[in-house]
Amino acid sequence: MITALSLILAFQLVGEILSRALDLPLPGPVVGLCLLVAACILRPALAARLRPTAQGLLSHLSLFFVPAGVGVVAHWPVLRDHGIGLALAIMGSTLVAIAAGALTFQWVARWTGAVDPSALKGRGDD
Amino acid sequence: MTDPALIWSYLAQGPLLWLTATLVAYVIGDALFRAAGRQSWANPVLIAVILLALLLGATGTDYGTYFGGAQFVHFMLGPATVCLALPLYDNLPRVRRAAWPMLAGLVVGSGMAIVSALLIARAFGISGPVLASLAPKSTTAPVAIGIAERIGGQPTLTAALVLLTGIFGAIVVTPLLNALRVRDWRARGFAVGVAAHGIGTARAFQVNETAGAFSGIGMGLNAVLTAVIAPIVVGWLG
Repeated sequence: MITALSLILAFQLVGEILSRALDLPLPGPVVGLCLLVAACILRPALAARLRPTAQGLLSHLSLFFVPAGVGVVAHWPVLRDHGIGLALAIMGSTLVAIAAGALTFQWVARWTGAVDPSALKGRGDD
Repeated sequence: MTDPALIWSYLAQGPLLWLTATLVAYVIGDALFRAAGRQSWANPVLIAVILLALLLGATGTDYGTYFGGAQFVHFMLGPATVCLALPLYDNLPRVRRAAWPMLAGLVVGSGMAIVSALLIARAFGISGPVLASLAPKSTTAPVAIGIAERIGGQPTLTAALVLLTGIFGAIVVTPLLNALRVRDWRARGFAVGVAAHGIGTARAFQVNETAGAFSGIGMGLNAVLTAVIAPIVVGWLG
């Protein structure tokens, strides 16, 4: 597990260095993500080695957002000043973006013949 | 026996207390989420944030002191983002086949997220730095903060708006897409990743592995696209 964690941190570190050195619009961890996908394609054994640790971290991805989420409370006065407008902007735009994005994806998948029956949600799922 | 006030003042300074509190709040949030049958409204992040906010308020602790302990949890966001590479790698054959749907979903979802947010906010008389802070709210926090700084927004306000967007998106995605009868896990995951970044992705992983993988891709691609189009849209509507 320590080996896997070291490898994951090393990918993040290289990603961080590249992101800053090349002035990329992506943050270091996202660059690290891309590098790790490339490394797994070149060396499938790496994916097998990292999988248990990665699944462990991803199964609690929500936890890692909690400290930043508490930060919302620290900005409460600004949010309250513009309350209704900001709340409606966030709620309205998020509903519209999710609906439009998913419907467009589905429509183009049918149109280009990229439908994947194995990725369809069963009627009984939540 | 030592005065409880002394023990408190000792604990309140170090990271142990707030690190423990963060984990315990999340364990409670996750237990309630499971007890509610994994319904999206019982979002574990939202429950944990509310519990911690009440605790900080009750003990008169400021956010800086809290973050001194919670930063260890916050730090794990980076490695966890790198780990999104594995579900992406495992789903590569699916991803290759879905290039066109992803491109279309990205452009429409990302564009709608920015334009509709700014139009609604403007209708309520919001302008200037607050409007610029709102523009990148669908992207992952570090990218959103970078974009906000470049277009004249307030980074800390952006961080709060990003979090609220993520929590709201994670809560509404399941009922919304059920109502619209979208059954394709790829479309469901991708759209929530584009609109609600990592918190949406965390929700997608709770429901389906393929949805989670596509959500991670949506989040990454939207970070790039928003960096390009947010300055243009703000210049146009701001």
